[in-house]
Amino acid sequence: MTMKTNSGQPAEIGMAGLFAATWRREFLLSFRRKSDLVNPLIFFLMVATLFPLGVSPEPGFLSQLAPGVVWVAALLATLLSMDALFRSDYEDGSLEQLLLSPQPLFVVVLAKVLAHWVMTGLALTLMAPLLGLMLFLPAEGMPGLMLSLLLGTPTLSLVGAIGAALTVGLKKGGVLISLLVLPLYIPVLIFGSSAVQAAVTGLPLGGYLALLGALLALALGLAPLAISAALRISISS
Amino acid sequence: MGIKLSLTVVSQSVYNGAFRHYRPTLHFLKGFGLSEQLLTVKGLFCERDDRVLFSNLNFALHAGEIVQIEGQNGSGKTTLLRILSGLSRHYEGDICWRGEPVDEVREQYCRELLYFGHQAGVKAVLTPEENLRWYAALSPSINAHAIADALWQVGLRGYEDVPCHSLSAGQNRRVSLARLYLSQAPLWILDEPFTAIDKRGVAAKEQLLLQHARRGGSVLLTTHHELGIQGPVRKINLDQLAGTST
Amino acid sequence: MAEKKWMPRWFYQLASPRWCYQITGSLLPWFTGAALLLLIGGTIWSLAFAPADYQQGNSFRIIYLHVPSAILAQSAYMLMAVAGAIGLIWKMKVADMVLKSAAPIGASMAVLALATGAIWGKPTWGSWWVWDARLTSMLILLFLYLGVMALNSAIENESTAAQASAVLALVGLVNIPIIKYSVEWWNTLHQPATFKLTEKPAMPAEMWLPLLVMVIGFYCFFAVSLMLRLRNEIIWRERRTGWVRELLKKQ
Repeated sequence: MTMKTNSGQPAEIGMAGLFAATWRREFLLSFRRKSDLVNPLIFFLMVATLFPLGVSPEPGFLSQLAPGVVWVAALLATLLSMDALFRSDYEDGSLEQLLLSPQPLFVVVLAKVLAHWVMTGLALTLMAPLLGLMLFLPAEGMPGLMLSLLLGTPTLSLVGAIGAALTVGLKKGGVLISLLVLPLYIPVLIFGSSAVQAAVTGLPLGGYLALLGALLALALGLAPLAISAALRISISS
Repeated sequence: MGIKLSLTVVSQSVYNGAFRHYRPTLHFLKGFGLSEQLLTVKGLFCERDDRVLFSNLNFALHAGEIVQIEGQNGSGKTTLLRILSGLSRHYEGDICWRGEPVDEVREQYCRELLYFGHQAGVKAVLTPEENLRWYAALSPSINAHAIADALWQVGLRGYEDVPCHSLSAGQNRRVSLARLYLSQAPLWILDEPFTAIDKRGVAAKEQLLLQHARRGGSVLLTTHHELGIQGPVRKINLDQLAGTST
Repeated sequence: MAEKKWMPRWFYQLASPRWCYQITGSLLPWFTGAALLLLIGGTIWSLAFAPADYQQGNSFRIIYLHVPSAILAQSAYMLMAVAGAIGLIWKMKVADMVLKSAAPIGASMAVLALATGAIWGKPTWGSWWVWDARLTSMLILLFLYLGVMALNSAIENESTAAQASAVLALVGLVNIPIIKYSVEWWNTLHQPATFKLTEKPAMPAEMWLPLLVMVIGFYCFFAVSLMLRLRNEIIWRERRTGWVRELLKKQ
């Protein structure tokens, strides 16, 4: 018994349309809840403030520390924002509807993560020079800092989303997600901060950026699959 | 299956557009006293936290049928609906959609399914219209052109542009229930759809379910309300059914 | 068509744990014997008879504990991830249980490798901890283990926990080579030409033979502890099935 049920249905929106619809929804949601948008940025700024206070305000010392500190702060700020990625969708039932959609899940997931990146990672990247100034990062290091963050933070968002998807069904996901995700962030941190250091010392950046780009390509290819699988698992409990 | 029969059931508003595809064939079948088995469940077994919720559960859902799942609190009604919808995979047994194992026709199944869960799936910061637009993007079986109509139908006229957090609980449920007016999916799985809905609203929704069934769709629902539907309603009681088969 | 597809799932879910319990029961004595023999023999050989290192003297002998535990920590992660993949793809209950059982053993192996590395570091480098590439990678591996264990214990539903841990283990598996490479690269960047712990240019046979014995012994020990944990897990998860009840009645 075969029956065509979709013969005259309204034209299906394609993957691009779905991506755009998800993207639009995510931005709408974020801009109506502005605190979610600003909190990671404030956190980013605060963490960077702690280092001069906790270690030493001496410019020479801070400028040495700056590449690592800015990167660690960006990493933590991204991590902090990850938990909310699927949580509200889980709590109000939208996630169930998402999983029951005939549309390809990885498209929606990818759109969500990239929208999230634009609102955290990209914002952090744009804010990074301010932190660089505060920590006396030499001016030569700025392009390296921005470029490495630009290529590195999407990977952080994608990998962090796997952790968010795995812990979305748990009430206390916040600490757990950092436990799961932080070890996976280490390569990005290493290549990212090394890129800034190389930029400061005037060494060529290409190799580092290529490595960050390779990580990003890998994450773009594999993370949406892992996130989709993790969401299905989390929702089924 | 190329036989085209015109719709005989008179329908109003969005229905004219919504149910024009699979219905004719079904009516043709019905004319000969046949009705297709949409969903078949064989030997379904599920346990949760060391407790067997149901074992060897067998039933079939036919086109044009409304089936109400009954049972005490904790008897596994919601779990059953979640399993049937495909959200939960913690079960053993066979679930078939139009005779095919549901895992093999997952995409087609999702296309033909409308699931209404415990949580309404309504974003508080979005307006009712924005919420429904998202569902239209998500599911091709939802008719995006009739959103305004559907909101009117569920009694949310004038609330189209109000963020859902300033609506009442019942109104939020209505936003989600508006999907029923938009949906072209033949199978509706509804988990407590009438919670927080007032009497008049419930009566309207019951009419809607009946219409859906008359058009050859089928409904599987749980509710604590006494259904006032005069029609093809069948009840499955999980308390009695556990361990037996029909 | 449908039968073909559904039969294996039913088969694996219902039939496998019992079979697995029986087969591990008959394998267990052999592996226990082998592990005892190899570990005791290897220890005596490596501590008493293997020659001392010309550079490090007797302190190098900790290699006979450090290297096997480090190898095991990595192998256990591989096993865990492979078990996770099998569990995800074929919905095999036993694979889920292997994953859950292997994680703590692997984590303790990583701890052992780190501890012996630190103890070795004291006479060699003069400090308990050095950010050596291998030690750092091992530390991150331990973190990965801890993540899998934390996730597994945080989720109450057993099969959800197993599936979620499996996804995490697989993500970790993809990451391990990247982490290893990045850490090694980072290490050479910051500490050029440090003294490497284990990479000896050429180890004489009297030195590496006992090491080989110890490694095999560790593998056997791992197999024993994995089987013990697995059998526990099987009994626990299958506690309501007929065969477990019969088994318990018999004892």
